[in-house]
Amino acid sequence: MSTKTKKKVNTALVHTVLLFYTVIALFPIILILINAFKSRKGIFRDPLALPTEKTFSTVGFEKVFAKSDFVLFFGNSMIVTLVSLFFILLFGAMLAWALSEYKFKGRQLLTVFMAIGIMVPIRLGTVSILELMVSLDLVNTLTALILVYIAQGLPLAIFILSEYMAQIPDELKEAARCDDVSEYSIFFHIILPLTKPAIATVAVFTMIPIWNDLWFPLILAPGEETRTLTLGVQQFIGQYTTDWNSVLASLSLAVLPVLVLYLIFSRQLIRGLTSGAVK
Amino acid sequence: MTKAGRFPWHIVVFVLPGFFIYTLFSAWPLLDTLILSFFDQNDTGARWFSGLDNYRLVLLDPDLSAGFWNALWNNFKFFLVHVLVQNPIGLMLAALLSLKDLRGARSYRTLIFMPTLLSVVIIGFIWQLILSPLWGVSETLLEAIGMANYFDAWLGKESSALLTLALISVWQFVGIPMMLIYASLLAIPEELLDAAYVDGASPLRIFWQIKLPLILPTLGLVTILTFIGNFNAFDLIYAVKGALAGPNFSTDILGSFFYRTFFGFQSSLGSPTLGSTVASLMFLVILAGVMVYFWLVQRRLHRYQL
Repeated sequence: MSTKTKKKVNTALVHTVLLFYTVIALFPIILILINAFKSRKGIFRDPLALPTEKTFSTVGFEKVFAKSDFVLFFGNSMIVTLVSLFFILLFGAMLAWALSEYKFKGRQLLTVFMAIGIMVPIRLGTVSILELMVSLDLVNTLTALILVYIAQGLPLAIFILSEYMAQIPDELKEAARCDDVSEYSIFFHIILPLTKPAIATVAVFTMIPIWNDLWFPLILAPGEETRTLTLGVQQFIGQYTTDWNSVLASLSLAVLPVLVLYLIFSRQLIRGLTSGAVK
Repeated sequence: MTKAGRFPWHIVVFVLPGFFIYTLFSAWPLLDTLILSFFDQNDTGARWFSGLDNYRLVLLDPDLSAGFWNALWNNFKFFLVHVLVQNPIGLMLAALLSLKDLRGARSYRTLIFMPTLLSVVIIGFIWQLILSPLWGVSETLLEAIGMANYFDAWLGKESSALLTLALISVWQFVGIPMMLIYASLLAIPEELLDAAYVDGASPLRIFWQIKLPLILPTLGLVTILTFIGNFNAFDLIYAVKGALAGPNFSTDILGSFFYRTFFGFQSSLGSPTLGSTVASLMFLVILAGVMVYFWLVQRRLHRYQL
């Protein structure tokens, strides 16, 4: 074989392997999505077929919306995720700035103290967190979840942001200081805008585990009013295991928003993963 | 820099809010849990110091300790499957994706990473449906490649349930090693590879002898991240198997064992103090893993780093 054909064969082989794995990664998700739009008969007779005129049905979705409060759960997840995210980014950036810019007593100790949270999962403190929330009268409130998620997200945010902030050239801040600009406006008007790319990375990394979490909603806020989407779907499916239409529809409802967001922001996310994460 | 004589209030303002929330809701509860593991309590909620009694109960008691050791052992198997399956597949995909001039690399990357973003709970349910003998999707697919005889209700059998769950988790999270390894492969300087290429080394040889040694630190990082994630896992087991981690506790891992010890199940009551003990033991396991990583692996791997 000439080198040219050999190269072609190799390229084809690489694409075959990658394509094969892409199918493995996507097949389960697509299977759920197409069957969610079928009648019960269609689901069982030919699971692999796309919905046709004969088998198309949205009865699953109708049942889900009738029997459970999906809109409420979705709203709860949105509130918890966005509010936590906002405070993680704000407080995280402030702390990262203090740790990377100012020399003060105990700085190193504080850095190590915050880094513990990257290695030790906050779940291990659940017994005390629950007792604390009981004594603060915060059980079954979204506030409880938000506070825990802020504490959970801060360490990684500080780690990534302070590395990034350390690279900001000194001249920028020194020029501002010569003009007698306050430390607060240096941070909010000069540093924060410059840190945007890193903030975007942190945002994606912290948002996903919060949105997907089952553990803390299950333990701190299991009430009907404060259920998040993940917990809501889990409980709903536990109740209606045998109703395949409803189960498939509820799974699709949980998957779709994430898929849409991912397709919009995938570039940002992957850039963050492949540049900021490994250093 | 702060001017002498004036107290640097701005530092306090920058540090305090984050420090306060982190300390109160993360650091303190972790410490408090460790402390609580040395206490005992009665039905009225009164607590007293009991030394190592809880640890003796969880680790050595003839009735209670079996559950803990079973969960720990299962957790190791769960982790082993990840190391042996997830990381090699991630490495292979990353190696292929980082090939020069590969068309469509971005699309492959984006699509293969997708399952990683979804909730573990959702993934668990999806696979439960697909593997269900009732629906028969897996059976049909196996039939197509002539392997219908191999089909079984894998999730329901004591001998295969844990392995099946571990593979589901591998399927979901293979994107993380793939991305991290891919990033470190891209960071290898061109000149190094060009030199080898000019010398007539084959792509395979370049991979094994140049690229792989250079990305060993990343493989170490991926392994410890997987370790922490696995020894803290809970959602998948709870979604698919419930708190009892059946059949017959064959899928019980430390996370689900912790949950049952803390909240109780069926007739047995939960105990916050025993729960704290289990959490503290999980902490020790994770700490041991992290220490092994830092002292053994990282030190050796650094020699290869650029």
